[in-house]
Amino acid sequence: MTAIIDYKAGNLTSVKLAFAALGAETVVTSDPKVIAAADRVVFPGVGAAKSAMENLRALGLVEPVKEAAATKPFLGICLGMQILFDHSEEDGGVDCLGIIPGHVRRFPTVPGFKVPEIGWNGVTGNGERVTGNVSPERSEPRKRSLEGWEWGTVTKEFYFVHSYYAEIVPETAGVTEYAGVKFTAMVKKGRLWACQFHPEKSGRIGLELLKEWLSC
Amino acid sequence: MLTKRVIPCLDVRNGRVTKGVKFKNNVDLGDPVEMAVSYSDGGADELVFYDITASAERRPIDIGMVEAVAKAIRIPFAVGGGISSVEDMERVILAGAEKISVNSLAVRNPDIIADGAKAFGAQCIVLGMDPVKSGKTASGYEITTRGFREFTGMDAVEWAKRAVDLGAGEIVVNSVDADGTREGFELDITRLIAEAVDVPVVASGGAGKPEHLVTVFREAKADAAIVAGMIHSGDYTISEIKAAMHAAGIPTRMSW
Repeated sequence: MTAIIDYKAGNLTSVKLAFAALGAETVVTSDPKVIAAADRVVFPGVGAAKSAMENLRALGLVEPVKEAAATKPFLGICLGMQILFDHSEEDGGVDCLGIIPGHVRRFPTVPGFKVPEIGWNGVTGNGERVTGNVSPERSEPRKRSLEGWEWGTVTKEFYFVHSYYAEIVPETAGVTEYAGVKFTAMVKKGRLWACQFHPEKSGRIGLELLKEWLSC
Repeated sequence: MLTKRVIPCLDVRNGRVTKGVKFKNNVDLGDPVEMAVSYSDGGADELVFYDITASAERRPIDIGMVEAVAKAIRIPFAVGGGISSVEDMERVILAGAEKISVNSLAVRNPDIIADGAKAFGAQCIVLGMDPVKSGKTASGYEITTRGFREFTGMDAVEWAKRAVDLGAGEIVVNSVDADGTREGFELDITRLIAEAVDVPVVASGGAGKPEHLVTVFREAKADAAIVAGMIHSGDYTISEIKAAMHAAGIPTRMSW
């Protein structure tokens, strides 16, 4: 059973429907016991980092989320990825969960780039990480189960909606560029995966990614 | 690079997709869910549904249709028409829509934009506007409502700015003059709005050939464009439109 954590940070319908389309059983929950008993945990979220952190504390979910991220397949989505980091600039600065070392910042104001970034942007695999710390130049591009997506060589578009971005860190597995900034589109740390984009709204490619996570 | 979005628009009347010219002479095109799947599989970046009779008849939107679409496709979609309160918005969002489009309602009650943005985030609230060329307002474009039936005296550019201040996350500029003509988007009003606000602007009304999309992206600074008749009729596929955009050097999502 896959638990989708409900901490009053946005609508979970699309996430639930995407897993249903893959035949995966899910339960939407804010109960620490259900999260502890789940085989896999999805941590979605849209909205503001500060209220998300307040909700997590109020619901007693900070430790259960950290525990799940450390011990079982875990998938953060959008705000659910950002608050895995140490700190976000949002709302004057918010300390987040600190599961991934690094910072979340607001896109700079650049003529021609609207904020939030809304739409399909390319994600390029950070080959160095996903091919096992071999530099992309020297490694054979490793074919992933995503059809035709060789991390580090091919760019695929996913659907983004965000005003803040996470900096590139050693755990960065996918990189995207907007408003002159290269940022973390995806992190992978063992079975802890998280993405800034919305795989549940990224068509067939997004479903492929969810399917891959379901077998990690 | 962020790609320019191609968004098929499906006008729904009594549970069926229809297409008319300037809201008249509607013909039946098919089932909304089947068409949503077909366009999604065909490369649409997003979809928009307008429950056109709901707004005119002042009745609530068909939630069953929204749920069925959400189940069937995995790309974002917006829903408009027949929304009269934050509670209506919530029903549509919980049914699985990504965005809600408000148009006539926001003109009558601008606070709905702020209330919706506060409840669901600005990215969920789309302001749809139907400007028409007019000598009565400063920008030369006046806002109409209720399916072009009523003139408001409001200036289109001022209204766009105010809506963004209130919390609208995106603006769909549907030119009354170009709507249904398939002779190209109205570039001037699209550009005026795109330059006046810092949220994405979606060009709407008049798409008839792939080159029309190339032009509106190149010359009018649109972030996305709505297509309807040109694909509903079978004259063009989304794939053909996107190939033309790609060939013209416009950032386009080419694999799906």
